[in-house]
Amino acid sequence: MVRQTFEQALQQIQDELLVLGSLVENAIIESVNVLKNRDVEGARRLIAGDQQINEKRFAIETACLNLIATQQPMAGDLRTIAAVLEIVTELERMGDYAKGIARINIMMGEEPLLKPLVDIPRMAEKARDMLHRALDAFIRRDVALARAIPTEDDEVDGLYNQIYRELLTFIMADPRSIDRATHLLWVAHNLERTADRVTNICERVIFTVSGQMVELDGDTQPGQYGC
Amino acid sequence: MRDANESRAIQIEELTAGFGSFTAVRQVSLRIPPNKITAIIGPSGSGKSTLVRCLNRLHEEVRGAWMQGRVRLGGHDIFATDVDPVQLRRRVGMVFQRPNPFPTMSVAENVVAGLRLNRWGRPAGLDDRIEESLRRAALWEQVKDKLHVSGASLSGGQQQRLCIARALAVEPDVLLMDEPCSALDPVATFKIEELMKELAEDITIVIVTHNMQQAARVSDYTAFLMMGEDRAGELVEFGPTDRIFTNPSDKRTEDYITGRFG
Repeated sequence: MVRQTFEQALQQIQDELLVLGSLVENAIIESVNVLKNRDVEGARRLIAGDQQINEKRFAIETACLNLIATQQPMAGDLRTIAAVLEIVTELERMGDYAKGIARINIMMGEEPLLKPLVDIPRMAEKARDMLHRALDAFIRRDVALARAIPTEDDEVDGLYNQIYRELLTFIMADPRSIDRATHLLWVAHNLERTADRVTNICERVIFTVSGQMVELDGDTQPGQYGC
Repeated sequence: MRDANESRAIQIEELTAGFGSFTAVRQVSLRIPPNKITAIIGPSGSGKSTLVRCLNRLHEEVRGAWMQGRVRLGGHDIFATDVDPVQLRRRVGMVFQRPNPFPTMSVAENVVAGLRLNRWGRPAGLDDRIEESLRRAALWEQVKDKLHVSGASLSGGQQQRLCIARALAVEPDVLLMDEPCSALDPVATFKIEELMKELAEDITIVIVTHNMQQAARVSDYTAFLMMGEDRAGELVEFGPTDRIFTNPSDKRTEDYITGRFG
């Protein structure tokens, strides 16, 4: 029963973090779905929906600051709140990447996709899955999982390189496809960065549990083509 | 300079102390670094005050009090037979929970009361000593025009700073502070805390506090005491304050500072 109010508030913050996470996960997948369907209206809805992500992020930040100001958390509690403040920033940026994909979709106008999307949805699904498990690792304070997830970033980088090479062949075959290829490359880049940011969340899991600031090195550039 | 600082270091070796059949602290070993602020934290009854009162031999003044182990100040055993407790208390001053200026003495007389107790008579430059002590206690500006009014007429925070000035007047190496701000409002508390930071440039400070935030704000090092199974206080953990309050090594420390017990 000790510090019940504080415990409840801290739990509430973590519950809200999961809500924010699910909004971002949904945005990642939805951004690629509307691209796949060349659904410009859907892209506009997604851009508008990013506001909800931003508001949720600020609400969580405010709750964290209130808790710091009123409850003076220490040690593990303080690290949890510090980690949440960092993670909500990462999530908000991931939401921005999804919004960026929606903007690219709108920018492409009436032009058809250069090719059917295969690897880009895979990238999106992989990034979403990594994010989901990273947040799960945070809630469960699972250091082993937090260390394992960033190693999967290589898979996302591999898909990015594959997409790059494939788009290059389209450009070489028909230089008029440069714009359409570039748009898809931007999309892939946003997804690659999304997965990189999952690594930052995993680092915060380790910090929350151990107090150690570790570099998990998942933030590698995808081959020589990083941009 | 290094040697001068070392004369203000306190080495506590396997200190056990109590009253009659009751053991208040047991087997505490700890090095209190010179010219730093060390906070002693822990639940009520964990022996914090007893521990610091051993450092200037005030503990032994209580009927039935006893202690074992060693305390060295600057490498010298403070319990050695040739050590005069009164002289020791000049080097190791103390400020208590409630401001306790001598009510019948003026502000100025309060400041030099320690000098007189030490039979220094009326040393040359007494007025300078009063001013310097009050300045170091950040009180001079408020009292310079009322040095001859009763010390008890000052506000609570000013009275506590007067007590600090009184302790500083005898030029101690160490200042022990037992809950020095518990009777003060937040503004007076912050003034005392700022003052502690300034004083630590010249002296070693040990503060007992129940206020976790105060310990985190002002101290360089923190020692956490808690009661063992037989209610005797034991040292659980000692280390840099930054680490103790963000990433303590012992779960009992974590549970205490996060308010999960105590």
